Amino acid sequence: MQHIKLFFALLACWAITQNSIAADKHGESSDNEFDPMEMIMHHIADAHEWHVISYTSKSGEEKHITLPLPIILIDDGLHVFMSSAFHHGEKVVQKGDNYYKLYHEKIYKTDALGTINYGPEHEVLNDKPIDFSITRNVASMWLSIIIIIWLFTAAAKRYKGAPAVPKGMQSFLEPLILFVRDDIAYEQIDKHKADKFVPFLLTLFFFIWINNLIGLIPFFPGASNLTGNISLTMVLALITFLVTNFSGTKSYWGHIFWMPGVPVPIRLLLSVIEFIGLFTKPFALMIRLLANITAGHIIILSLFSLIFVMKSVAIAPVSILMALMMFMLELLVAVLQAYIFTLLSALFIGMAVHDEEH
Amino acid sequence: MGLLTPDPGLVFWSALTFGLLVFILKRYAWKPILHAVKSREETIEYALAAAKKAKAEVEDLNATKVQIMNDAKAERDTLIKAARELKQSMLDDAKSKAQDEADKIIASARVQIEREKNEAILQLKEKVAEFSVDIAGKLLEEELESTDKQKAIIDKYLQEVNFN
Repeated sequence: MQHIKLFFALLACWAITQNSIAADKHGESSDNEFDPMEMIMHHIADAHEWHVISYTSKSGEEKHITLPLPIILIDDGLHVFMSSAFHHGEKVVQKGDNYYKLYHEKIYKTDALGTINYGPEHEVLNDKPIDFSITRNVASMWLSIIIIIWLFTAAAKRYKGAPAVPKGMQSFLEPLILFVRDDIAYEQIDKHKADKFVPFLLTLFFFIWINNLIGLIPFFPGASNLTGNISLTMVLALITFLVTNFSGTKSYWGHIFWMPGVPVPIRLLLSVIEFIGLFTKPFALMIRLLANITAGHIIILSLFSLIFVMKSVAIAPVSILMALMMFMLELLVAVLQAYIFTLLSALFIGMAVHDEEH
Repeated sequence: MGLLTPDPGLVFWSALTFGLLVFILKRYAWKPILHAVKSREETIEYALAAAKKAKAEVEDLNATKVQIMNDAKAERDTLIKAARELKQSMLDDAKSKAQDEADKIIASARVQIEREKNEAILQLKEKVAEFSVDIAGKLLEEELESTDKQKAIIDKYLQEVNFN
Protein backbone atom coordinates (compact mmCIF):
# COMPACT_ATOMS: atom_id res chain seq x y z
CA MET A 1 0.00 0.00 0.00
CA GLN A 2 2.88 2.29 0.82
CA HIS A 3 4.09 2.14 -2.74
CA ILE A 4 0.69 2.71 -4.19
CA LYS A 5 0.22 5.80 -2.08
CA LEU A 6 3.60 7.06 -3.04
CA PHE A 7 2.87 6.36 -6.65
CA PHE A 8 -0.40 8.18 -6.32
CA ALA A 9 1.34 11.17 -4.78
CA LEU A 10 4.04 11.18 -7.42
CA LEU A 11 1.54 10.82 -10.16
CA ALA A 12 -0.44 13.73 -8.85
CA CYS A 13 2.62 15.98 -8.89
CA TRP A 14 3.66 14.71 -12.24
CA ALA A 15 0.24 15.00 -13.79
CA ILE A 16 -0.03 18.61 -12.73
CA THR A 17 3.38 19.51 -14.12
CA GLN A 18 2.74 17.59 -17.29
CA ASN A 19 -0.42 19.43 -17.69
CA SER A 20 1.17 22.82 -17.43
CA ILE A 21 4.15 21.89 -19.57
CA ALA A 22 1.82 20.60 -22.23
CA ALA A 23 -0.17 23.77 -22.05
CA ASP A 24 2.97 25.91 -22.29
CA LYS A 25 4.50 24.04 -25.14
CA HIS A 26 1.47 23.46 -27.27
CA GLY A 27 -0.25 26.68 -26.67
CA GLU A 28 -3.34 24.71 -27.67
CA SER A 29 -5.32 25.05 -24.52
CA SER A 30 -4.88 27.85 -22.06
CA ASP A 31 -6.85 26.25 -19.22
CA ASN A 32 -5.47 23.57 -16.93
CA GLU A 33 -7.39 20.74 -18.52
CA PHE A 34 -5.88 17.38 -17.53
CA ASP A 35 -5.08 15.25 -20.55
CA PRO A 36 -4.81 11.59 -19.47
CA MET A 37 -3.75 10.51 -22.95
CA GLU A 38 -0.77 12.86 -22.86
CA MET A 39 0.24 11.71 -19.37
CA ILE A 40 -0.09 8.01 -20.19
CA MET A 41 1.74 8.27 -23.48
CA HIS A 42 4.49 10.22 -21.80
CA HIS A 43 4.79 7.51 -19.18
CA ILE A 44 4.92 4.50 -21.46
CA ALA A 45 7.27 6.13 -23.97
CA ASP A 46 11.00 6.39 -23.49
CA ALA A 47 12.58 9.53 -22.01
CA HIS A 48 15.94 11.28 -22.11
CA GLU A 49 15.98 12.01 -18.41
CA TRP A 50 14.93 9.98 -15.43
CA HIS A 51 12.13 11.81 -13.74
CA VAL A 52 12.12 11.56 -9.94
CA ILE A 53 9.55 14.11 -8.81
CA SER A 54 8.06 17.48 -9.81
CA TYR A 55 6.45 20.09 -7.64
CA THR A 56 5.39 23.70 -7.74
CA SER A 57 7.28 25.96 -5.37
CA LYS A 58 5.57 28.61 -3.24
CA SER A 59 6.39 31.27 -5.80
CA GLY A 60 4.47 29.28 -8.37
CA GLU A 61 7.59 28.11 -10.14
CA GLU A 62 7.71 24.53 -11.36
CA LYS A 63 10.56 22.42 -10.11
CA HIS A 64 11.52 19.12 -11.69
CA ILE A 65 13.84 16.76 -9.91
CA THR A 66 15.26 14.49 -12.54
CA LEU A 67 18.31 12.32 -12.98
CA PRO A 68 20.06 13.66 -16.09
CA LEU A 69 21.14 10.97 -18.53
CA PRO A 70 23.86 11.09 -21.20
CA ILE A 71 22.77 12.17 -24.67
CA ILE A 72 24.78 10.56 -27.47
CA LEU A 73 24.06 11.94 -30.94
CA ILE A 74 25.67 10.97 -34.23
CA ASP A 75 25.30 13.95 -36.55
CA ASP A 76 28.46 15.25 -38.26
CA GLY A 77 30.50 13.48 -35.63
CA LEU A 78 29.72 12.30 -32.17
CA HIS A 79 28.09 14.63 -29.63
CA VAL A 80 27.93 13.60 -26.01
CA PHE A 81 26.36 15.76 -23.32
CA MET A 82 24.01 15.43 -20.37
CA SER A 83 20.27 15.70 -20.86
CA SER A 84 20.18 18.44 -18.21
CA ALA A 85 21.47 20.78 -20.93
CA PHE A 86 17.99 20.73 -22.47
CA HIS A 87 16.40 22.02 -19.22
CA HIS A 88 13.47 19.66 -19.73
CA GLY A 89 13.05 20.81 -23.31
CA GLU A 90 13.09 24.49 -22.53
CA LYS A 91 16.53 25.22 -23.96
CA VAL A 92 18.20 24.66 -27.30
CA VAL A 93 21.60 22.99 -27.16
CA GLN A 94 24.29 24.08 -29.59
CA LYS A 95 26.94 21.59 -30.67
CA GLY A 96 29.24 22.92 -33.39
CA ASP A 97 27.02 24.46 -36.01
CA ASN A 98 24.01 22.38 -35.05
CA TYR A 99 21.20 23.21 -32.66
CA TYR A 100 19.21 20.50 -30.93
CA LYS A 101 15.91 20.71 -29.16
CA LEU A 102 14.18 18.12 -26.99
CA TYR A 103 10.56 18.11 -28.03
CA HIS A 104 8.16 15.47 -26.70
CA GLU A 105 11.11 13.31 -25.68
CA LYS A 106 12.51 13.29 -29.18
CA ILE A 107 15.60 15.24 -30.23
CA TYR A 108 15.25 17.43 -33.34
CA LYS A 109 17.65 19.63 -35.24
CA THR A 110 16.46 23.19 -35.13
CA ASP A 111 17.69 26.71 -35.75
CA ALA A 112 19.22 28.78 -32.96
CA LEU A 113 15.77 29.73 -31.66
CA GLY A 114 14.56 26.14 -31.49
CA THR A 115 11.77 26.54 -34.03
CA ILE A 116 9.73 23.42 -34.60
CA ASN A 117 8.11 23.24 -38.03
CA TYR A 118 4.82 21.42 -38.30
CA GLY A 119 3.34 19.74 -41.33
CA PRO A 120 -0.34 19.73 -42.26
CA GLU A 121 -1.11 16.80 -39.88
CA HIS A 122 0.67 18.56 -37.03
CA GLU A 123 3.67 16.25 -37.53
CA VAL A 124 7.16 17.59 -36.87
CA LEU A 125 9.13 18.26 -40.06
CA ASN A 126 12.53 18.92 -38.45
CA ASP A 127 15.42 16.50 -39.10
CA LYS A 128 16.37 14.05 -36.39
CA PRO A 129 19.98 13.19 -35.56
CA ILE A 130 20.85 9.51 -34.99
CA ASP A 131 20.13 9.12 -31.32
CA PHE A 132 22.15 6.62 -29.29
CA SER A 133 21.38 8.28 -25.97
CA ILE A 134 21.33 6.43 -22.70
CA THR A 135 17.61 6.90 -22.27
CA ARG A 136 15.50 6.03 -19.24
CA ASN A 137 14.85 2.59 -20.70
CA VAL A 138 18.54 1.94 -21.28
CA ALA A 139 19.37 3.10 -17.75
CA SER A 140 16.57 0.96 -16.36
CA MET A 141 17.85 -2.00 -18.37
CA TRP A 142 21.34 -1.51 -16.96
CA LEU A 143 19.91 -1.35 -13.47
CA SER A 144 18.11 -4.61 -14.16
CA ILE A 145 21.21 -6.38 -15.41
CA ILE A 146 23.17 -5.18 -12.38
CA ILE A 147 20.45 -6.72 -10.19
CA ILE A 148 20.37 -9.92 -12.25
CA ILE A 149 24.14 -10.33 -12.35
CA TRP A 150 24.40 -9.63 -8.64
CA LEU A 151 21.62 -12.10 -7.80
CA PHE A 152 22.91 -14.96 -9.87
CA THR A 153 26.63 -14.61 -9.35
CA ALA A 154 25.95 -14.40 -5.61
CA ALA A 155 23.85 -17.56 -5.88
CA ALA A 156 26.51 -19.21 -8.05
CA LYS A 157 29.11 -18.67 -5.33
CA ARG A 158 27.07 -20.87 -3.05
CA TYR A 159 27.54 -23.80 -5.38
CA LYS A 160 31.29 -23.93 -4.85
CA GLY A 161 32.58 -26.90 -2.94
CA ALA A 162 30.81 -30.12 -2.14
CA PRO A 163 27.10 -30.49 -2.93
CA ALA A 164 25.04 -29.03 -0.09
CA VAL A 165 21.47 -28.10 0.78
CA PRO A 166 20.50 -24.76 -0.91
CA LYS A 167 20.43 -21.81 1.47
CA GLY A 168 19.11 -18.24 1.38
CA MET A 169 18.76 -16.62 -2.04
CA GLN A 170 20.02 -19.81 -3.61
CA SER A 171 17.04 -21.79 -2.33
CA PHE A 172 14.70 -19.22 -3.86
CA LEU A 173 16.44 -19.04 -7.23
CA GLU A 174 17.27 -22.69 -7.67
CA PRO A 175 13.67 -23.90 -8.14
CA LEU A 176 13.17 -21.14 -10.72
CA ILE A 177 16.34 -22.10 -12.56
CA LEU A 178 15.36 -25.76 -12.46
CA PHE A 179 11.86 -24.85 -13.60
CA VAL A 180 13.25 -23.13 -16.70
CA ARG A 181 15.67 -25.97 -17.32
CA ASP A 182 13.34 -28.92 -16.72
CA ASP A 183 9.88 -27.63 -17.56
CA ILE A 184 10.77 -25.26 -20.39
CA ALA A 185 14.04 -26.34 -22.01
CA TYR A 186 13.97 -30.11 -21.47
CA GLU A 187 10.25 -30.30 -22.23
CA GLN A 188 10.46 -28.55 -25.58
CA ILE A 189 13.93 -29.41 -26.84
CA ASP A 190 15.37 -32.89 -27.36
CA LYS A 191 17.23 -33.52 -24.14
CA HIS A 192 20.66 -34.23 -25.59
CA LYS A 193 20.53 -30.93 -27.49
CA ALA A 194 18.81 -28.80 -24.84
CA ASP A 195 21.81 -28.03 -22.63
CA LYS A 196 23.29 -25.72 -25.26
CA PHE A 197 20.20 -23.47 -25.15
CA VAL A 198 19.54 -23.49 -21.40
CA PRO A 199 21.77 -20.45 -20.62
CA PHE A 200 20.01 -18.39 -23.30
CA LEU A 201 16.54 -19.40 -22.09
CA LEU A 202 17.44 -18.77 -18.45
CA THR A 203 18.80 -15.31 -19.28
CA LEU A 204 15.73 -14.54 -21.38
CA PHE A 205 13.33 -15.58 -18.63
CA PHE A 206 14.97 -13.67 -15.81
CA PHE A 207 15.73 -10.61 -17.98
CA ILE A 208 12.10 -10.25 -19.02
CA TRP A 209 10.73 -11.03 -15.58
CA ILE A 210 12.99 -8.66 -13.64
CA ASN A 211 12.40 -5.88 -16.16
CA ASN A 212 8.65 -6.45 -16.01
CA LEU A 213 8.85 -6.11 -12.23
CA ILE A 214 11.02 -2.99 -12.39
CA GLY A 215 8.41 -1.51 -14.72
CA LEU A 216 5.78 -2.12 -12.05
CA ILE A 217 7.64 -0.19 -9.35
CA PRO A 218 5.68 3.07 -9.49
CA PHE A 219 8.52 5.43 -8.46
CA PHE A 220 12.15 6.10 -9.22
CA PRO A 221 14.15 3.97 -10.15
CA GLY A 222 11.30 1.94 -11.58
CA ALA A 223 8.29 2.87 -13.68
CA SER A 224 10.10 2.49 -16.99
CA ASN A 225 8.26 0.64 -19.69
CA LEU A 226 11.22 -1.27 -21.07
CA THR A 227 9.54 -4.61 -21.77
CA GLY A 228 6.59 -2.72 -23.22
CA ASN A 229 8.88 -1.00 -25.69
CA ILE A 230 8.94 -2.36 -29.21
CA SER A 231 12.69 -1.82 -29.57
CA LEU A 232 13.45 -4.24 -26.77
CA THR A 233 10.82 -6.83 -27.64
CA MET A 234 12.03 -6.66 -31.23
CA VAL A 235 15.60 -7.33 -30.18
CA LEU A 236 14.57 -10.27 -28.00
CA ALA A 237 12.35 -11.74 -30.71
CA LEU A 238 15.12 -11.22 -33.25
CA ILE A 239 17.60 -13.06 -31.04
CA THR A 240 15.14 -15.95 -30.70
CA PHE A 241 14.67 -15.89 -34.48
CA LEU A 242 18.42 -16.02 -35.10
CA VAL A 243 19.07 -18.71 -32.50
CA THR A 244 16.19 -20.78 -33.89
CA ASN A 245 17.17 -20.58 -37.53
CA PHE A 246 20.91 -20.87 -37.05
CA SER A 247 20.40 -24.14 -35.18
CA GLY A 248 17.86 -25.50 -37.68
CA THR A 249 18.51 -29.07 -38.80
CA LYS A 250 18.21 -30.45 -42.30
CA SER A 251 14.83 -31.95 -41.46
CA TYR A 252 13.61 -28.56 -40.16
CA TRP A 253 14.45 -26.77 -43.39
CA GLY A 254 13.13 -29.73 -45.34
CA HIS A 255 9.80 -29.40 -43.60
CA ILE A 256 9.70 -25.69 -44.38
CA PHE A 257 10.64 -25.62 -48.05
CA TRP A 258 9.81 -29.12 -49.28
CA MET A 259 7.29 -30.75 -46.95
CA PRO A 260 7.73 -34.50 -47.30
CA GLY A 261 4.75 -36.76 -47.90
CA VAL A 262 2.39 -34.32 -49.64
CA PRO A 263 1.66 -33.67 -53.34
CA VAL A 264 3.85 -31.13 -55.15
CA PRO A 265 1.27 -28.30 -55.52
CA ILE A 266 0.57 -28.45 -51.81
CA ARG A 267 4.30 -28.51 -51.13
CA LEU A 268 4.65 -25.24 -52.99
CA LEU A 269 1.76 -23.71 -51.09
CA LEU A 270 3.10 -25.01 -47.78
CA SER A 271 6.59 -23.69 -48.42
CA VAL A 272 5.14 -20.19 -48.87
CA ILE A 273 3.08 -20.52 -45.71
CA GLU A 274 5.96 -22.00 -43.72
CA PHE A 275 8.30 -19.30 -44.97
CA ILE A 276 5.91 -16.59 -43.79
CA GLY A 277 5.58 -18.58 -40.56
CA LEU A 278 9.31 -18.17 -39.94
CA PHE A 279 8.72 -14.46 -39.48
CA THR A 280 5.27 -14.43 -37.93
CA LYS A 281 6.44 -16.54 -35.00
CA PRO A 282 9.01 -14.02 -33.68
CA PHE A 283 6.70 -11.21 -34.72
CA ALA A 284 4.00 -12.62 -32.45
CA LEU A 285 6.55 -12.91 -29.64
CA MET A 286 7.46 -9.27 -30.10
CA ILE A 287 3.89 -7.99 -30.13
CA ARG A 288 2.65 -10.24 -27.31
CA LEU A 289 5.17 -9.01 -24.76
CA LEU A 290 4.89 -5.39 -25.86
CA ALA A 291 1.08 -5.38 -25.81
CA ASN A 292 0.70 -7.17 -22.50
CA ILE A 293 3.11 -5.01 -20.58
CA THR A 294 2.06 -1.72 -22.15
CA ALA A 295 -1.61 -2.55 -21.62
CA GLY A 296 -0.97 -3.14 -17.92
CA HIS A 297 0.77 0.22 -17.59
CA ILE A 298 -2.00 1.99 -19.51
CA ILE A 299 -4.77 0.45 -17.40
CA ILE A 300 -3.13 1.34 -14.09
CA LEU A 301 -2.36 4.89 -15.23
CA SER A 302 -5.91 5.29 -16.58
CA LEU A 303 -7.35 4.25 -13.26
CA PHE A 304 -5.32 6.94 -11.51
CA SER A 305 -6.19 9.47 -14.21
CA LEU A 306 -9.84 9.01 -13.27
CA ILE A 307 -9.19 11.06 -10.15
CA PHE A 308 -7.92 14.00 -12.18
CA VAL A 309 -10.41 13.67 -15.00
CA MET A 310 -13.30 13.69 -12.54
CA LYS A 311 -11.53 16.32 -10.41
CA SER A 312 -12.77 14.58 -7.31
CA VAL A 313 -10.97 13.02 -4.38
CA ALA A 314 -14.05 10.90 -3.77
CA ILE A 315 -13.16 8.73 -6.72
CA ALA A 316 -9.68 8.08 -5.28
CA PRO A 317 -10.60 5.02 -3.14
CA VAL A 318 -12.21 3.37 -6.15
CA SER A 319 -9.21 4.18 -8.32
CA ILE A 320 -6.77 2.93 -5.75
CA LEU A 321 -8.69 -0.28 -5.10
CA MET A 322 -8.98 -1.06 -8.78
CA ALA A 323 -5.37 -0.13 -9.41
CA LEU A 324 -4.36 -2.41 -6.54
CA MET A 325 -6.19 -5.27 -8.19
CA MET A 326 -4.48 -4.43 -11.45
CA PHE A 327 -1.11 -4.41 -9.71
CA MET A 328 -1.78 -7.91 -8.40
CA LEU A 329 -2.72 -9.01 -11.87
CA GLU A 330 0.32 -7.32 -13.35
CA LEU A 331 2.59 -9.16 -10.92
CA LEU A 332 1.18 -12.36 -12.35
CA VAL A 333 1.40 -11.04 -15.92
CA ALA A 334 5.04 -10.09 -15.32
CA VAL A 335 6.05 -13.67 -14.62
CA LEU A 336 3.53 -15.14 -17.05
CA GLN A 337 4.79 -13.14 -20.01
CA ALA A 338 8.39 -13.99 -19.14
CA TYR A 339 7.32 -17.64 -19.02
CA ILE A 340 5.39 -17.48 -22.28
CA PHE A 341 8.19 -15.72 -24.13
CA THR A 342 10.73 -18.24 -22.88
CA LEU A 343 8.45 -21.22 -23.47
CA LEU A 344 7.67 -20.19 -27.05
CA SER A 345 11.34 -19.49 -27.73
CA ALA A 346 12.15 -22.96 -26.44
CA LEU A 347 9.33 -24.40 -28.54
CA PHE A 348 10.64 -22.77 -31.71
CA ILE A 349 14.20 -23.86 -30.97
CA GLY A 350 12.93 -27.35 -30.16
CA MET A 351 11.16 -27.54 -33.51
CA ALA A 352 14.28 -26.35 -35.31
CA VAL A 353 16.74 -28.77 -33.72
CA HIS A 354 14.42 -31.78 -33.73
CA ASP A 355 15.63 -34.69 -35.84
CA GLU A 356 12.72 -36.31 -37.59
CA GLU A 357 12.52 -40.05 -37.10
CA HIS A 358 10.58 -41.72 -39.86
CA MET B 1 2.23 5.12 -34.00
CA GLY B 2 5.21 6.16 -31.92
CA LEU B 3 4.67 3.08 -29.77
CA LEU B 4 5.24 0.73 -32.68
CA THR B 5 8.30 2.43 -34.15
CA PRO B 6 11.56 0.87 -33.00
CA ASP B 7 14.13 3.35 -31.84
CA PRO B 8 17.60 2.51 -33.25
CA GLY B 9 19.38 3.73 -30.12
CA LEU B 10 17.40 1.48 -27.81
CA VAL B 11 17.66 -1.42 -30.28
CA PHE B 12 21.43 -1.03 -30.27
CA TRP B 13 21.76 -0.73 -26.50
CA SER B 14 19.36 -3.55 -25.70
CA ALA B 15 21.00 -5.93 -28.20
CA LEU B 16 24.42 -5.09 -26.75
CA THR B 17 23.21 -5.33 -23.16
CA PHE B 18 21.32 -8.56 -23.63
CA GLY B 19 24.23 -10.15 -25.47
CA LEU B 20 26.58 -9.10 -22.72
CA LEU B 21 24.18 -10.37 -20.07
CA VAL B 22 23.94 -13.78 -21.72
CA PHE B 23 27.73 -13.94 -21.94
CA ILE B 24 28.35 -12.86 -18.32
CA LEU B 25 25.62 -15.00 -16.81
CA LYS B 26 26.62 -18.02 -18.87
CA ARG B 27 30.18 -17.76 -17.68
CA TYR B 28 29.68 -16.70 -14.06
CA ALA B 29 26.24 -17.99 -13.14
CA TRP B 30 24.59 -20.60 -15.33
CA LYS B 31 27.66 -22.74 -15.91
CA PRO B 32 28.66 -23.09 -12.24
CA ILE B 33 25.05 -23.37 -11.08
CA LEU B 34 23.92 -25.90 -13.67
CA HIS B 35 27.12 -27.85 -13.32
CA ALA B 36 26.77 -27.97 -9.53
CA VAL B 37 23.10 -28.91 -9.76
CA LYS B 38 23.88 -31.67 -12.24
CA SER B 39 26.73 -33.02 -10.17
CA ARG B 40 24.53 -32.84 -7.09
CA GLU B 41 21.80 -34.74 -8.88
CA GLU B 42 24.33 -37.35 -9.89
CA THR B 43 25.71 -37.51 -6.35
CA ILE B 44 22.22 -38.00 -4.95
CA GLU B 45 21.41 -40.63 -7.54
CA TYR B 46 24.68 -42.38 -6.86
CA ALA B 47 24.17 -42.16 -3.08
CA LEU B 48 20.66 -43.56 -3.40
CA ALA B 49 21.90 -46.42 -5.56
CA ALA B 50 24.74 -47.06 -3.13
CA ALA B 51 22.33 -47.02 -0.19
CA LYS B 52 20.05 -49.45 -1.99
CA LYS B 53 22.99 -51.68 -2.76
CA ALA B 54 24.23 -51.47 0.82
CA LYS B 55 20.76 -52.33 2.10
CA ALA B 56 20.61 -55.35 -0.19
CA GLU B 57 24.05 -56.34 1.00
CA VAL B 58 23.02 -56.02 4.62
CA GLU B 59 19.96 -58.14 3.92
CA ASP B 60 22.16 -60.69 2.20
CA LEU B 61 24.50 -60.59 5.13
CA ASN B 62 21.64 -61.06 7.55
CA ALA B 63 20.38 -64.03 5.59
CA THR B 64 23.89 -65.51 5.56
CA LYS B 65 24.21 -64.87 9.26
CA VAL B 66 20.93 -66.65 9.99
CA GLN B 67 22.01 -69.48 7.71
CA ILE B 68 25.35 -69.77 9.47
CA MET B 69 23.72 -69.70 12.87
CA ASN B 70 21.22 -72.34 11.87
CA ASP B 71 24.01 -74.49 10.49
CA ALA B 72 26.01 -74.01 13.65
CA LYS B 73 23.05 -74.91 15.80
CA ALA B 74 22.39 -78.05 13.80
CA GLU B 75 26.04 -79.00 13.96
CA ARG B 76 26.16 -78.38 17.68
CA ASP B 77 23.08 -80.56 18.15
CA THR B 78 24.56 -83.39 16.14
CA LEU B 79 27.84 -83.04 17.99
CA ILE B 80 26.15 -83.13 21.36
CA LYS B 81 24.09 -86.09 20.28
CA ALA B 82 27.15 -87.93 19.04
CA ALA B 83 29.02 -87.11 22.24
CA ARG B 84 26.17 -88.41 24.29
CA GLU B 85 26.06 -91.60 22.29
CA LEU B 86 29.80 -91.96 22.56
CA LYS B 87 29.64 -91.45 26.30
CA GLN B 88 26.90 -94.03 26.61
CA SER B 89 28.74 -96.51 24.50
CA MET B 90 31.95 -95.91 26.41
CA LEU B 91 30.17 -96.40 29.70
CA ASP B 92 28.52 -99.52 28.42
CA ASP B 93 31.80 -100.84 27.11
CA ALA B 94 33.57 -100.10 30.33
CA LYS B 95 30.83 -101.74 32.31
CA SER B 96 30.82 -104.87 30.20
CA LYS B 97 34.59 -105.01 30.21
CA ALA B 98 34.68 -104.65 33.97
CA GLN B 99 32.07 -107.32 34.29
CA ASP B 100 34.02 -109.61 32.07
CA GLU B 101 37.18 -108.92 33.99
CA ALA B 102 35.46 -109.49 37.29
CA ASP B 103 33.93 -112.69 36.00
CA LYS B 104 37.30 -113.82 34.76
CA ILE B 105 38.95 -113.04 38.07
CA ILE B 106 36.24 -114.78 39.99
CA ALA B 107 36.43 -117.76 37.71
CA SER B 108 40.18 -118.00 37.98
CA ALA B 109 39.94 -117.59 41.75
CA ARG B 110 37.48 -120.40 41.86
CA VAL B 111 39.77 -122.64 39.83
CA GLN B 112 42.64 -121.75 42.11
CA ILE B 113 40.62 -122.48 45.18
CA GLU B 114 39.46 -125.76 43.72
CA ARG B 115 43.00 -126.71 42.84
CA GLU B 116 44.37 -125.77 46.27
CA LYS B 117 41.56 -127.60 47.95
CA ASN B 118 42.23 -130.72 45.93
CA GLU B 119 45.92 -130.44 46.62
CA ALA B 120 45.22 -130.04 50.32
CA ILE B 121 42.91 -132.99 50.30
CA LEU B 122 45.56 -134.98 48.43
CA GLN B 123 48.21 -134.02 50.98
CA LEU B 124 45.81 -134.80 53.80
CA LYS B 125 45.14 -138.14 52.32
CA GLU B 126 48.87 -138.85 52.10
CA LYS B 127 49.42 -137.70 55.68
CA VAL B 128 46.46 -139.79 56.87
CA ALA B 129 47.89 -142.76 55.04
CA GLU B 130 51.33 -142.13 56.60
CA PHE B 131 49.84 -141.77 60.07
CA SER B 132 47.69 -144.77 59.53
CA VAL B 133 50.78 -146.80 58.53
CA ASP B 134 52.68 -145.37 61.55
CA ILE B 135 49.81 -146.04 63.86
CA ALA B 136 49.34 -149.44 62.37
CA GLY B 137 53.09 -150.10 62.85
CA LYS B 138 52.93 -148.91 66.43
CA LEU B 139 49.76 -150.90 67.07
CA LEU B 140 51.40 -153.94 65.78
CA GLU B 141 54.33 -153.29 68.15
CA GLU B 142 52.01 -152.70 71.13
CA GLU B 143 49.77 -155.69 70.39
CA LEU B 144 52.59 -157.76 71.16
CA GLU B 145 52.54 -156.52 74.78
CA SER B 146 49.00 -155.74 76.04
CA THR B 147 45.65 -154.66 74.86
CA ASP B 148 45.43 -151.76 77.28
CA LYS B 149 48.70 -150.59 76.32
CA GLN B 150 47.78 -150.80 72.69
CA LYS B 151 44.74 -148.67 73.24
CA ALA B 152 46.67 -146.07 75.13
CA ILE B 153 49.25 -145.93 72.41
CA ILE B 154 46.59 -145.49 69.67
CA ASP B 155 44.97 -142.62 71.59
CA LYS B 156 48.35 -141.13 72.26
CA TYR B 157 49.30 -141.14 68.62
CA LEU B 158 45.93 -139.97 67.49
CA GLN B 159 46.45 -137.13 69.88
CA GLU B 160 49.71 -136.41 68.25
CA VAL B 161 48.10 -136.16 64.79
CA ASN B 162 47.89 -132.61 63.75
CA PHE B 163 45.62 -132.16 60.77
CA ASN B 164 46.85 -128.84 60.04
